[in-house]
Amino acid sequence: MKKGPLIGIGIIAVAIVIIMTSIGDASSYETFDTAWEMKEDGNDKAIHVVGQLKKDTSGEVTGLNVRDDKTSFTFVLVDNDGTEQEVFYNEPVPADFTRSESVVVIGSYKNEEIFIADKILMKCPSKYQETEVQAAGM
Amino acid sequence: MINTFIGNMGHLMTIVAFVSSLVTAFAYFKYFQATEIEKASWQRFSRISFYVHAGSSIMIAFSLFEIIYNHRFEYFYAYSHSSMALPVHYMISSFWEGQEGAFILWIFWNVILGLILIHTNKVWEAPVMIVFALVQAFLVSMILGVVIGDLKIGSSPFILLRDATNAPIFQMNPDFIPEDGTGLNPLLQNIWMVIHPPTLFLGYASTLVPFAFLMGGLVTKRYSEWIRPALPWAIFSAMILGMGILMGAYWAYVTLNFGGYWNWDPVENAVYVPWLILVAAIHTMITFKKSATALKTSIVLVILSFILVLYATFLTRSGILGDASVHSFTDLGLSGQLFIYLIFFALVAIFLSVRAWKYIPSSEREASVYSREFWIFIGATTLGLMGFQVILPTSIPAWNALVESFGGISNMAPPADQVEFYTKFQLWFGIVLALLTAVGQFFWWQKMDKKALKDALLTPYIIAVIISALVIVLAKVYDWKYMILVVAGTFTIVANAVILSRLLKKSAFKLAGGSLAHIGLGMMLVGIMFSSGYSETISINMSGLTYSNSWEDELNKEHVLLWINKPLQMKDYTVIYRGRQKKVEGIQEYVPAKILEATDKVNEAIALEDYKDYFKKGDKVNIVLEENDYFQIEYYQNEVLKFSLSPMSQFNEGMGGLISSPDSKIYLDKDLYTYVAAMNDYEDPEWKEDQFYEAAPGEQFHIADYVTYFDGAEVMQEIEGYTLQEGDVAVKAKLRILDYDVEKKIEPTFIIRNNQVGKLPEIDNELGIKVTLENILPEENKFVFKVNQYQKDYVVMKAIVKPYINLLWIGSLIMLVGFTVAIYRRFDEFKKMRDKGLE
Repeated sequence: MKKGPLIGIGIIAVAIVIIMTSIGDASSYETFDTAWEMKEDGNDKAIHVVGQLKKDTSGEVTGLNVRDDKTSFTFVLVDNDGTEQEVFYNEPVPADFTRSESVVVIGSYKNEEIFIADKILMKCPSKYQETEVQAAGM
Repeated sequence: MINTFIGNMGHLMTIVAFVSSLVTAFAYFKYFQATEIEKASWQRFSRISFYVHAGSSIMIAFSLFEIIYNHRFEYFYAYSHSSMALPVHYMISSFWEGQEGAFILWIFWNVILGLILIHTNKVWEAPVMIVFALVQAFLVSMILGVVIGDLKIGSSPFILLRDATNAPIFQMNPDFIPEDGTGLNPLLQNIWMVIHPPTLFLGYASTLVPFAFLMGGLVTKRYSEWIRPALPWAIFSAMILGMGILMGAYWAYVTLNFGGYWNWDPVENAVYVPWLILVAAIHTMITFKKSATALKTSIVLVILSFILVLYATFLTRSGILGDASVHSFTDLGLSGQLFIYLIFFALVAIFLSVRAWKYIPSSEREASVYSREFWIFIGATTLGLMGFQVILPTSIPAWNALVESFGGISNMAPPADQVEFYTKFQLWFGIVLALLTAVGQFFWWQKMDKKALKDALLTPYIIAVIISALVIVLAKVYDWKYMILVVAGTFTIVANAVILSRLLKKSAFKLAGGSLAHIGLGMMLVGIMFSSGYSETISINMSGLTYSNSWEDELNKEHVLLWINKPLQMKDYTVIYRGRQKKVEGIQEYVPAKILEATDKVNEAIALEDYKDYFKKGDKVNIVLEENDYFQIEYYQNEVLKFSLSPMSQFNEGMGGLISSPDSKIYLDKDLYTYVAAMNDYEDPEWKEDQFYEAAPGEQFHIADYVTYFDGAEVMQEIEGYTLQEGDVAVKAKLRILDYDVEKKIEPTFIIRNNQVGKLPEIDNELGIKVTLENILPEENKFVFKVNQYQKDYVVMKAIVKPYINLLWIGSLIMLVGFTVAIYRRFDEFKKMRDKGLE
């Protein structure tokens, strides 16, 4: 029996397994509405939701609620469709959290009231885009 | 006054470097084609042209460093990447913090490599340098900063701040120069960040060398001869790239609060994959040298490793990763240029290989299962699949961008739990690699058949099984996957050690590179398994706090809140937070922050108290980076202080808040890793409402929850920072406040002048209290104290134990030594052939 084709088939098989699991395990970008639909369909897979922190009229972040032991907190995220959702994160508040332009939460709904984030990615205002030069030395 | 000279020079040098790289490519092309008579003059011209390119490239780097070094904040680059307070070695980090600086670094390394190649090669100079010059043209174009109509080519690091921003101040005063820059990202203020980027970029740059030799070989129809000069460089490249990756991992471990050294972040993956492919290429190249097989595979792998480096650059610098990575990248508008760079070399390489394909010798003989070629091929395939498994999901953002550019919608996202996702494959690949390296080495050094193989492997196998059994039992490895990994890792260590000892007996140390590198691999695998697989968070919150939601109680809180001075039980330790410290120049230990008062000057403070033999009250001391706070955390066992750690935090407004670096207690068999995740902000405290207490001297009472002794009052003749006049009466009350094992003296003062009352309150930031001596009631012999409370000082901390992490670091070092030995051997071979006039 020739080994060449056998090895070839083996490699292709492993490659297919890799491709299938990559697609299968890939997460997706959702809105809170579609994320809740997924949860209702019994799909607990962690998904990504991109949004912004809820702000009041003066531009201050509202809805931030830090637990007494300061090791976890909840906040309100407004997704790109404008849906507001309370999100729980089981970590202390990241330092630049309230300054972030947009927040990506990775996680899933616990129940209709609360979305639990396993991980948070923040996009912070980049220094490159800063058009104001601080009045240093003025 | 704005200095425009240096920027203009830098920009001019960029243009010179760009033009001269094109001229070099053209000149070498002519040299390549020229007849024997004309060759000498074309060679001279080509070299001069490359020297011009080299000189101008070095001048680019010089100009940029001059701008940073002399704090020329009129330049955007200096303004946004450095500041006055930065020491010189961190200015070097500022240099490559921006993408333009990183490109300059890459250009610089290519120049150095090019100069070395010109002087170490005879026949390969022309074709190799054509490839070099073209690569340089692409790289220099990234920092060209030329605008033609709507087309912007490159982003120049030499633009002035007033051109980069449209701040209103420049309309009033175009010559305005900010007094200070916005500073260097504190995470990069680390010694590893001074040396990690140059190492990584030398790794990037050096992948070009084997690729250039290969292109030369394909063009000159020397389809197999290119391997000899390329091999030492391929090994060099793999070593440097590997070292760069490890330094990055180590940097992440000691400065970032990721909680580990590897996070499967797209940025890490993007360099890991080319390294795997390069290692596979080295193995097939070595096989080819021994037995004239695997040439085609080598060609494919060398091309792939070079293109993957360009792909890594494209992924990380085009802004395409966007929401997918924790590293923040900015799009400088170079994505188009980077893409053309990638496509150009990919197409050239594919075209040349396809054209030459049918002439490339390949062996028709089927490799036997008992041949080393067979096993090397399986190994290279495993490395390739390993890389494929990582690059595929890492490319999801690129895939989305591609679909969207054709008008489609793709909402695919990278796997939610990256560590789990990658580990479940890479673990098995690692096991396969370990087994292959154990078996493969025996095939390498002797002819094998079934019986010889059994004889050779039996002893190492038995030894490995015994050692692994001990490791599994003693270190309590009860997960079956990890058990297999321990056996595989130990097996490769033992088997390669056997080979190594045989080579050493024959004093053939020169040949020991392979077995050393594989021993390193085995140790790294076992070290990674322990330090990651058995990493244990010991800072589990047992505060007993009940939450409003029942589901919240089920979650493990992996951080603990430490109030100052309050002991807390944490697994085997009792920990106590003792307050903030600063690092003072010339003093080895940290100094409590409360005895230092900042002055108006950057990084300077006045001592409020004597401190050991180091300084006296009133002395001026220099602080090393005043923004840095070091939080003293004491670890006790059985009421004995074992050690204390000082994880760092920096509150940096410009960079967006708190930036933390861990501190670890390093044992031989484990690291205890601690970092601060949140801290008290005691700027502008909001004092709570007044509380009044009355007490007689000698009395003990409670202020808030603290036991307080009122030791008595004293009439003062003089008060610090206040001039007493004739007839003034000043009374100081002496309070002692107990907070666990710490006693604090709080001494508010009360002054009467001309029937007017003045009060000097005392504030203790650590306890978060302000005490004012409000009134004295002589008839009752009582004193009235007004107390305001704020927030007691605290930190929120995480602590992780990482067992046997030293195995990983030691294994890495051994692997690097192995690479070095191999480079020496292969370069020696090349040199001998060249000096015989054969190359």
